[in-house]
Amino acid sequence: MTAVQTETVTRDRLLEMQRRMCEIRAFEDIVKDWFSRALVRGSTHLYQGQEAVAVGITSALRRGDTTTCTYRGHGTVLAQGAPLDRSFGEILGKANGLCGGKGGSMHLADLSVGALGSFAIVGAHLPISVGAAWASQLLGTGAVSATFFGDGAANIGTFHEALNLAGVWKLPVLFVLENNLYGEYSPITTTTANPELVDRAAAYGMPGLRVDGNDVVAVFDAAASAVARGRSGQGPTLIEAMTYRQSGHSRSDPAKYRPAGELEGWLARDPLTVAERRLHDMGVETAELDRLRADAEAKVRRAAERALSWPEPRPEDRFEDLWVH
Amino acid sequence: MTTTMTAAATVDINYRKVIARALADELATDTKVVFLGEDVGAAGGAFKSTEGLKQRFGDRVRDTPISEQAIIGAAVGAALMGLRPVAEIMFADFAGVCFDQLVNTLAKYRYTSGGQARVPVTVRMANGAGAGFGPQHSQPAENWFLNIPGLKIVVPGTVEDMYGLLRSAIRDDNPVLVFEHKNLFALKGRVPAEPDDAYLVPIGEADVVRTGQDVTIVATQQMRHRALEAADQLAATGVTAEVIDPRTLVPFDLKTVVQSLRKTSRLVVVQEGPPDGGWGATLIASISSHHFELLDAPPTLIASDPVPVPYSTPMEDAWLPDASRIAAVVLQLVRF
Ligand SMILES: Cc1ncc(C[n+]2csc(CCOP(=O)(O)OP(=O)(O)O)c2C)c(N)n1
Ligand SMILES: [Mg+2]
Repeated sequence: MTAVQTETVTRDRLLEMQRRMCEIRAFEDIVKDWFSRALVRGSTHLYQGQEAVAVGITSALRRGDTTTCTYRGHGTVLAQGAPLDRSFGEILGKANGLCGGKGGSMHLADLSVGALGSFAIVGAHLPISVGAAWASQLLGTGAVSATFFGDGAANIGTFHEALNLAGVWKLPVLFVLENNLYGEYSPITTTTANPELVDRAAAYGMPGLRVDGNDVVAVFDAAASAVARGRSGQGPTLIEAMTYRQSGHSRSDPAKYRPAGELEGWLARDPLTVAERRLHDMGVETAELDRLRADAEAKVRRAAERALSWPEPRPEDRFEDLWVH
Repeated sequence: MTTTMTAAATVDINYRKVIARALADELATDTKVVFLGEDVGAAGGAFKSTEGLKQRFGDRVRDTPISEQAIIGAAVGAALMGLRPVAEIMFADFAGVCFDQLVNTLAKYRYTSGGQARVPVTVRMANGAGAGFGPQHSQPAENWFLNIPGLKIVVPGTVEDMYGLLRSAIRDDNPVLVFEHKNLFALKGRVPAEPDDAYLVPIGEADVVRTGQDVTIVATQQMRHRALEAADQLAATGVTAEVIDPRTLVPFDLKTVVQSLRKTSRLVVVQEGPPDGGWGATLIASISSHHFELLDAPPTLIASDPVPVPYSTPMEDAWLPDASRIAAVVLQLVRF
């Protein structure tokens, strides 16, 4: 796997990334529990196992940069700084949720931190990030846009339209392809003529970087080089992060289609464990790592309790937020 | 009419060219306005309705690849970052290619985000039948979007309305679809010589094009002109028709229609496009449900046939309601 070493991740920085990943993990443990107790409606798509991608990429961003992501978007929106309690609130459909309960789990958005949104139509958001990057180019803000999507999304038209447009206009976009080997229940090899997805970058005149998506440092390094490229006007980058969805596609999917041993192999390379090993090598004590995890869990639990205590929206609130008056 | 509201100098211009004029005036007024689409820049547009904009406004006018989904999506993304994009979809028929971006992204962004986002995107599309473009380049597509809360829809039928509504659309903080009727491109009219806000036409206001006593005919774009022709024919028989052009389909100015019906008690709606699931049927349903007491005759929809728009002249002509058909229906209702 290629990754350009652009910046050394310091111990403090890696600790911060680990804290974020632990929060996202704990957040979704609670969402999973809520779903099993019917506190979450419809469906929910867990990001567990892929946390290093969102945290690695967003750690290379600065204020003013933006992201878009998929229905599997809790991790990205939280990594970018959306508040835990209001994110929980949205998933619970509370009035004080990020979107006032209009969006739910598949639509977390916090524009105040640059999280432009989570999209439930596969591939629909790639052009949105292209447009945000176009605005950056026209306004000269230097902002970059990162758009997160799955391997399955590489086969829908918007992928090709968005990469081509960003390529021809040299827009500052990070196309973050999270290759978790499955689109819903179909392995990539059954749906994709050439599964070397990173190679598609060349077709659109941009570099492609394939990285270990379970190693937050590798992801960060790739992101940092893509961000530098984008900010200096050289155009977009495709980053293919090789990772794995530890749960099924959605909460109703037991994922029986996975070959024996596959999950176990990836669990051994859990992104939180990979980061802990790195931190260990940097001299961080096990006790400190345990404390970091426990603190994150406690913080997330408190946020969940706050969200649970919030009121539901009123039925008449459904008429709000359609038009700008 | 708006042209009489001010003594400022005016210029004669046609419906096609006034599009570029309206765009230029908004691009000049607000540096946040940007414009993108296929062949809109260097080539001046497939219909030459955007000539000169690229030369005058440079980078703010962009030629795109043939990527309708990316055009609409990029407009939405740019709008989120504070710009006011105008996106062109060359033929309204191509809205099918980016239907998802229009209905799932553009229309729902603000709502889904709980009001966090503002998406001031204007989408312009060449619309309608009568010019022999065949089944995939002639559809009046405005009804496709009637069922999608979150999109304003304007259907200008005159040069003055095209100018005033397009400018209002660009200034609106909501998504607005602007349908430009291809068969009206040669229509003549008058706009101010210099940009003048007095000529803005508010979105959501119908125009009572002609006053009359016996029947209210509601029609847009090409049909508005045929309704006026029918009114002329009817006048010869002593029947006076009030002709209303709603100009905007969403939000619809029901009040003006109701006011007219208080006087005429008869309603004819003329719609270019098949009868089912359109604004014409919706208007009739709404008047029948809420204002039944105003009616002396069955409210009647005159629409195109439920077949695709055929190419050949005799078939396409027959597909479009014409003035004598409108007049005949009115006479039936007057005698009801
Ligand atoms: C346009 C569209 N088609 C189908 C679906 C149903 N669907 C939801 S997620 C999904 C799989 C997407 O796979 P991938 O892009 O790899 O993302 P992942 O779920 O693995 O993160 C499908 C088919 C959808 N939401 N949108
Ligand atoms: Mg996948």
